[in-house]
Amino acid sequence: MAVHEQFEVSIPSTAEAGQALLERIAGKIETLESFSPHDAFGIRLALDEAIVNAIKHGNGFSPDKTVRVKCLIEDQLLQVEIEDQGPGFCLEDVPDPTEEENLDRPCGRGIMLMRSFMSNIEYSPTGNRVLLEKRPGVRMQ
Amino acid sequence: MSTGQRRLDIEEIGGVTVARFVDKKILDETNIQNIGNQLFALVDEDGRKKIVLDFSIVEYLSSAALGKLITMDKKVKAAKAKLRLCAIRPEIYEVFEITRLNKIFDIKSTQEEALDGM
Repeated sequence: MAVHEQFEVSIPSTAEAGQALLERIAGKIETLESFSPHDAFGIRLALDEAIVNAIKHGNGFSPDKTVRVKCLIEDQLLQVEIEDQGPGFCLEDVPDPTEEENLDRPCGRGIMLMRSFMSNIEYSPTGNRVLLEKRPGVRMQ
Repeated sequence: MSTGQRRLDIEEIGGVTVARFVDKKILDETNIQNIGNQLFALVDEDGRKKIVLDFSIVEYLSSAALGKLITMDKKVKAAKAKLRLCAIRPEIYEVFEITRLNKIFDIKSTQEEALDGM
């Protein structure tokens, strides 16, 4: 299995660093024929949500905290692990944004979009680390 | 207050305010804040009553941007104004469908359709 890219980095908790990381991964995926434009669209969207969650909600843009990212890009697999230094959260506490009473709430849709566009996402029990996986054409929901 | 770089092109067409996004990717936190401020100012400061948001250039839209649209929708309803969204690409429309926001927004295929009967 050809490995196109493999790296591990720690980035500061800034929107700029997050966007640069997003571009590094999503930009690479967009050059690969094995991932369709629709796959690439979903990956960019899901990764943006995960990176923003770590920087904003996890680390609270703190200059003292970093986000650790492990990335593996193969022909048939993208695997990204994102870990922040925040307190974490409980997945069950996030309300379903598609429920009638939550439809007009302005937040809470990021995790739903990640689940929808990726093949697999797994949160650590502490909630401050997430693993996202995408195989071409495979969606979790 | 609408501060920061302008992220919307505003045009008046037959008494309707048409706001076109200027960014292909609405992902960056700062951009989203600016977009929100400019959108809200249309209602809060300018008192505009008929607004069409044109998405024709938009290729990506994050959940934070969706949040701004929901807040905008609430402001519009509170002001008894009207809001329509138009020219949304199929991939972006899928995001609205997944989150069921296609149920709360009045979405039209084209700008002409959105302007019709406003």
